[in-house]
Amino acid sequence: MADTGDDDDDRYRIKEGDYVVLKRGDIYKSVQILPKKKVIFEKQWIFLDNAVGCLYGDTFEIGAGGGLQPQNTKTTESPPDSKVAGTDNRNIIDDGKSQKLTKDDIEKLKDQGLRGQEIVQQLIENSSTFSNKTGYAQDKYIKKKKKKYENTVTVLRPNCRILAMMYHGREPGKICHLRYDTLAQMLTLANIHANSKVLVFETCAGLVLGSIMERMGGFGTVIQMFPGEGPVRAGVESFGFPAHFYETLHEFPICHLNALEAGTLNKRPVAGEKESTAEEEEVLPGADQQDGSPDDQSMETVSGDAKVQDQKQKEEEKRREAKALEKKVKLEEKQRKLAAAAAQLDGRNADGLVIASRFHPCPVLLRLLRFLSPSRPFAVYSQYLEPLIECYTKLKEQGGAVGLKVTDTWLRHYQVLPNRTHPRLLMSGGGGYLLSGTTVASERSAGSLQSEEPAPKRQKLKDTLG
Amino acid sequence: MSFVEYSECIQDSDVAIIYLGHNSVMPVKVQHGAQTQTRYGVIRHSSDLIGQRYGSKVTCSKGGWVYVLHPTPELWTVSLPHRTQILYTTDIATITMMLDLKPGSIVCESGTGSGSLSHAILRTIAPTGHLHTVEFHKQRSEKAAEEFSEHRVSHLVTVRNQDVCKDGFGVTGVADAVFLDIPSPWEAVGHAKAALKKHGSQRDFFRCFYCINGLKKPDGDSNIRVETFGRILPSTSRCSHRAAPPGSCWSSGTETTQPHVSGTTSMSRQLSQELMIHQSSVAWDNLKLPWRLWWTVKLQDAKHKMNQMRALNGERSVNTRSVSIPGVT
Repeated sequence: MADTGDDDDDRYRIKEGDYVVLKRGDIYKSVQILPKKKVIFEKQWIFLDNAVGCLYGDTFEIGAGGGLQPQNTKTTESPPDSKVAGTDNRNIIDDGKSQKLTKDDIEKLKDQGLRGQEIVQQLIENSSTFSNKTGYAQDKYIKKKKKKYENTVTVLRPNCRILAMMYHGREPGKICHLRYDTLAQMLTLANIHANSKVLVFETCAGLVLGSIMERMGGFGTVIQMFPGEGPVRAGVESFGFPAHFYETLHEFPICHLNALEAGTLNKRPVAGEKESTAEEEEVLPGADQQDGSPDDQSMETVSGDAKVQDQKQKEEEKRREAKALEKKVKLEEKQRKLAAAAAQLDGRNADGLVIASRFHPCPVLLRLLRFLSPSRPFAVYSQYLEPLIECYTKLKEQGGAVGLKVTDTWLRHYQVLPNRTHPRLLMSGGGGYLLSGTTVASERSAGSLQSEEPAPKRQKLKDTLG
Repeated sequence: MSFVEYSECIQDSDVAIIYLGHNSVMPVKVQHGAQTQTRYGVIRHSSDLIGQRYGSKVTCSKGGWVYVLHPTPELWTVSLPHRTQILYTTDIATITMMLDLKPGSIVCESGTGSGSLSHAILRTIAPTGHLHTVEFHKQRSEKAAEEFSEHRVSHLVTVRNQDVCKDGFGVTGVADAVFLDIPSPWEAVGHAKAALKKHGSQRDFFRCFYCINGLKKPDGDSNIRVETFGRILPSTSRCSHRAAPPGSCWSSGTETTQPHVSGTTSMSRQLSQELMIHQSSVAWDNLKLPWRLWWTVKLQDAKHKMNQMRALNGERSVNTRSVSIPGVT
């Protein structure tokens, strides 16, 4: 069963250079598998080389040197059933002295190379109150100790859900405290699907952008509007998309929106390019001159050195020329990309809009809505409610959008065990808010605050007149 | 027009959504010469709809106006004719993320019901994925197939009219994700496992969801909707003779057709150690609801277990009402 279909397996096997997510319990970390690279995960150093060739989802134990070993048959789950257990905790006194092993003892055990399960076993044996606990309390104790001393890590393929959970757990500040279920709402309410053109404005380290790209599967177009100098896409790398996905991704600086709408956009980059090349040409002769003077001096001294210096000078010139050429090529590339993005935007026919940033969404939303076709959904995320209320009010005033809703969701985790099912903790107000709606053909008739039900009024008039 | 791809203008035999007002939308099948009555007047398809751009305002006969929108699964969910209780967008969104759906995913779903989730899945897995959906009610399965065809997505979906608990999904070893929303999901778990891919399922993209039918209807913006969805932890076995850890349902019992009986692999454990209950709400009134919900779960589990034991002993199954189940207070 394990041998057949090795070709199919290939897709599910870890390869070098892959981006993966390490998981232990609820802790996730995104890393790239590089040979002989040390990775810190949960205060432990790990080498991921041994993971290459294994299947995604496999669990490994961290060996003494930090190497990974595939975990063997799990025999850890079933504690001996015939353990002595008490009935309740009325006689259990918590004085901190029930565990006979000291911290040093445990460290020694760890150094001896005992596996997590065995350490837990030692802890149980050296605990004076363990046998007085109830069965449930014993399970809970074992679980807690296992969590602390187990040495395993699971390697997962990154996807939107795992990365969203990771960011939310580790660095919520980077993603504007966007909770993963709110992200799910956003993706669905904005109807993100393949073969559509989506505008994104986000400052969530690329997580939102990556999720959108994943949902589009490399089909269609994504245009990222970015504030400032360049788009932040750190999170997108962690998804490990194939190269062709990036061909669908464009970026456009939001500061140039004015120019785009006025139709004056393309001139600026070209002018800039000319300026920069002119500057470089000025720099080159100047540098040559500088090099020339030490050259002169040295020629007076040693002729042999002069030849060497000549060569050096030539090499430096070549390098500088090469650099200048590179710069030129890069600038051209940049301009080409800008033009391509502008062309995509020019049609004013985008199919979806997603905004998730730390900036106030109102001006961004109102500007970018103009680039959407009518009857297309949009979703705006904000960590706080008030900016969205402003957006909502402004949109109602100006028209052009229907079905406006401001929503938030709650997420509650439950512990489910026989006879012990209960909610664990309640997270409310921690996930941010969403404004969603659908664009419609906007009417620019001046001063029209149209009510939604003109019909009855007209009827009355007709009645009185007729 | 298609539910998985946008188009600009309305054409004959499209399905369009008429937006009458907040919380008031209705679907319309566009046909030459047809008319639709709304509270603002009559909409004549040939003149008012066909050829117009989606999103434009349409004036009705009495002078009122409405908007015509391109259909999306979200608009469909709030406007479709209900044949069963449906899933609403909030939960659909979470399910889509938790099942890791994306273009190219193969999904198995049961029951189809009114097709609310099905349309959302189709939108997400297009153009390269496929949905295998199973509905045991004949008329509902036919109606669903009809709708998929009207919405131009039938190439992405296969509707089967069978009982998933007995006959499974009709496919094996292909699915990236399985979704179960049926009265007794544990009975279909074996088939779910069979339908899932060998590695994709047991290694990464494998999630199996139960949806206990404690759904409540939403009230406008403030929704209370509680579902439990359980995640079965995969048994990462390389060899075929591994006993799965308790707490998962891949114990050796599932390989045979006999029901499990033993105390250690009790049905209630099938719901695994991690359930996430998703609750979207603004109203605080129904705080009791979640408790009632897991109470329902517990009750069903105990009943099921009892029935199994009785079946093995040759007795008839019992109705919940007439039995006082020990241990359940």
